[in-house]
Amino acid sequence: MKVQHDIVIVGAGLAGMRAVIAAAEKSKKLSIALISKTYPIRCHSVCAEGGTAAVMREGDSFDLHAWDTVKGSDFLADQDAVEFFVREMPKEILRLDNWGCPWSRTEDGLIAQRAFGGHSFNRTIFAADRTGFHEVHTLYERMLMYPNVIRYDEYFLTSLVIEDGKIKGLTAIELKTGDLILFEAKAVILATGGAGRLYGFTTYSHTVTGDGMAVAYRAGVPLKDMEFFQFHPTGLVPSGILMTEACRGEGGYLRNKDGERFMERYAPEKMELAPRDVVARAMWKEILEGRGIESEHGYYIALDLTHLGEEKINERLPLIRDAAIKFVGIDPVEEPIPVRPVAHYTMGGVHTNANCESPVKGLYAAGEAGCVSIHGANRLGSNSTAECLVFGRAAGEKAAEYVLNADYSHVSNEVYKAEESRIFDEILGKSGDENPYQLKKELNETMDKNLWIFRIEDELKEAVKKIKELKERFNNVEIVDKTKGFNTDLVYTFEVGYMLDLAEVVAIGALNRTESRGAHYRLDYPKRDDENWLKHTLAYYTPDGPRFEYIPVTITKWEPVERKY
Amino acid sequence: MDVEFRIRRFDGEKSYWQTFNIPVKRGMTVLEGLYYIKENLDGSLTFRASCRMAICGSCAVKINGKPRLACETQILEIGNSLEVEPLDNFKVIKDLVTDFEGFFKKHEAVKPYLIRKDDNYEEPVELIQSPKELHAYYDFTLCVKCGACYSVCPAAATRDDYLGPAAITAAYRFNADSRDEGEKIRLALVCGDNGVWRCHFAAECSEVCPKQIDPAKAVQKIRFKSAIETIKSIFR
Repeated sequence: MKVQHDIVIVGAGLAGMRAVIAAAEKSKKLSIALISKTYPIRCHSVCAEGGTAAVMREGDSFDLHAWDTVKGSDFLADQDAVEFFVREMPKEILRLDNWGCPWSRTEDGLIAQRAFGGHSFNRTIFAADRTGFHEVHTLYERMLMYPNVIRYDEYFLTSLVIEDGKIKGLTAIELKTGDLILFEAKAVILATGGAGRLYGFTTYSHTVTGDGMAVAYRAGVPLKDMEFFQFHPTGLVPSGILMTEACRGEGGYLRNKDGERFMERYAPEKMELAPRDVVARAMWKEILEGRGIESEHGYYIALDLTHLGEEKINERLPLIRDAAIKFVGIDPVEEPIPVRPVAHYTMGGVHTNANCESPVKGLYAAGEAGCVSIHGANRLGSNSTAECLVFGRAAGEKAAEYVLNADYSHVSNEVYKAEESRIFDEILGKSGDENPYQLKKELNETMDKNLWIFRIEDELKEAVKKIKELKERFNNVEIVDKTKGFNTDLVYTFEVGYMLDLAEVVAIGALNRTESRGAHYRLDYPKRDDENWLKHTLAYYTPDGPRFEYIPVTITKWEPVERKY
Repeated sequence: MDVEFRIRRFDGEKSYWQTFNIPVKRGMTVLEGLYYIKENLDGSLTFRASCRMAICGSCAVKINGKPRLACETQILEIGNSLEVEPLDNFKVIKDLVTDFEGFFKKHEAVKPYLIRKDDNYEEPVELIQSPKELHAYYDFTLCVKCGACYSVCPAAATRDDYLGPAAITAAYRFNADSRDEGEKIRLALVCGDNGVWRCHFAAECSEVCPKQIDPAKAVQKIRFKSAIETIKSIFR
């Protein structure tokens, strides 16, 4: 089956839905399709808790937000993109206000702001500690107003169709029927999120498996800076559920087994509100040096909110309290929460410029799926939901402008037939003695062990070897569920295949980068090396594994300096 | 300890029960149990899940007769034998997966978005809303659209077209928002033949809501408002 739309947007999280609205605002005549593998409000963006950064009040400035972001990125961010980003942000907050987002308020009824790590002004706008949830619902509801938006809920992306350097469309499985659908499009926007489920201990939803990144990569689009993975300091032990940075923004402490606020030894000025890479490394070091707290689920650090008082916790951190009680039986009003650094954010993604344009004409990427890059080697808290809004909008507008002067190009029936045969004959129909769940488990163990916070050559080499072995074994996978409709076994297998390709890029990229920058820390190369490594990594697909190129970082105002907090 | 999971499955044609025994540790959730089965015992078991932290609304199923989010339900709090079934009042697609299309259409039908005459996309301005005004509707924004309320609603069970508790709650959430100007439009939408007057006031929706939202209260508030508007229109 075949359908045609001017713009097809894949992924219905914050970036995808913001792109939909931007394109629909540009023109009521455009036919805009939104494909997502879950119902839109089931996306991972709902898990964002703490807030969204924007310059709103006197005392703050665009330059200050930009500087914080650039310094946080360990100078790997492209500064022209960062400057654009900070200037566009305030309007996005106001738009969401006008569309119904229940922002938390000051006594005067103004939009309230709180402190966040690495920001030198209290500029994080929030809706209690459910910011992403409310932003998603607000965008989803607003999106319902545009009659030229057609939704394809529960469709799973399997490939992009690119010919002569130009996007022609994509294929996706309609989960309910199991049918493969060919979408012909003038422009495609990938907003499929990060690749966090590469890791076992992670804050990510089960559905975040890097589909858009992997499909683009396989189609020849380069991935940028994939070796930079963020570890959030505070994942709930043992599930990994996010305990927002707002816990510390609202005044919470981190303590080791001696009750010491150890951050004073690592970041005496910012303490618990240093950027995430700094705090996560400090916590891991405390654990490695025997100052973690012992439990049946391994060592942990105490996130202490007990001094904040019940009233403040109920008002500012209600989800955290509820989750801690429900998932580990601990009331943060009474006792500290057991936490450990946890895989949280993919700084890398599909290579784009500041207009979200990939090297393929008509193909855009936005949000965590893309890499502009404004986060460089380490993203600041509350800059990701912000990025989704600004660059979701940019992608939607740019795509809309592009398609107004572009024609459909016909995708041949052979392309469709070949994809159908690949999925249903080669993958679903195959017999073998491997199962995807076991491969995923081994991948997670490798990532958690060898590509964690502290990296070193031997372990990285071991990881590369292991991932190659898993890729080999993947060719021998057999899917148990042979039926067509709603085959989650098939979807899972696809996802594991995607993740194995991405893991290889992460691992070899990390092995190649012989320096420490932001979230990528090499025990054997503990210093930042601007002379050799102030550059972005680009990974291109080849059948034998990724081929790497490097491109310069754009610097406008801020020359790299030593990073202290 | 081992816990027995009895799961009501559906393969597109027939419905049947299947039993799995799984090892359970303290802290393990029903969703983790379902994943255990899928990953180790039967890859064809089909269910929806995403966030596993009770915020995405994907995994509502009936557990020992009551609709709950599988991800936030501790197995050992239920006991050593569980019955897991798809939600009632929804058409089953496969195993625990039900069709939510109609449910989302009903939500859409109440115009669940802020309606303002001065809507300005290009140059939005900051709207003032006091904490008190925020609290007037905030609890009703917490709906994750999991369908638990709809699955126990006796009015939805007897009439396919009844809007249901979640959609009516969404209408009320916007009507109660001080920034909104669309109350009359929405009242007309939810007070028709398929709207609030169909509610039986069983209030089971409020009992099962995993976010303690009290949809029955939203229905009541809208009925009251609608009655007042009707009286007003008589004297107009």
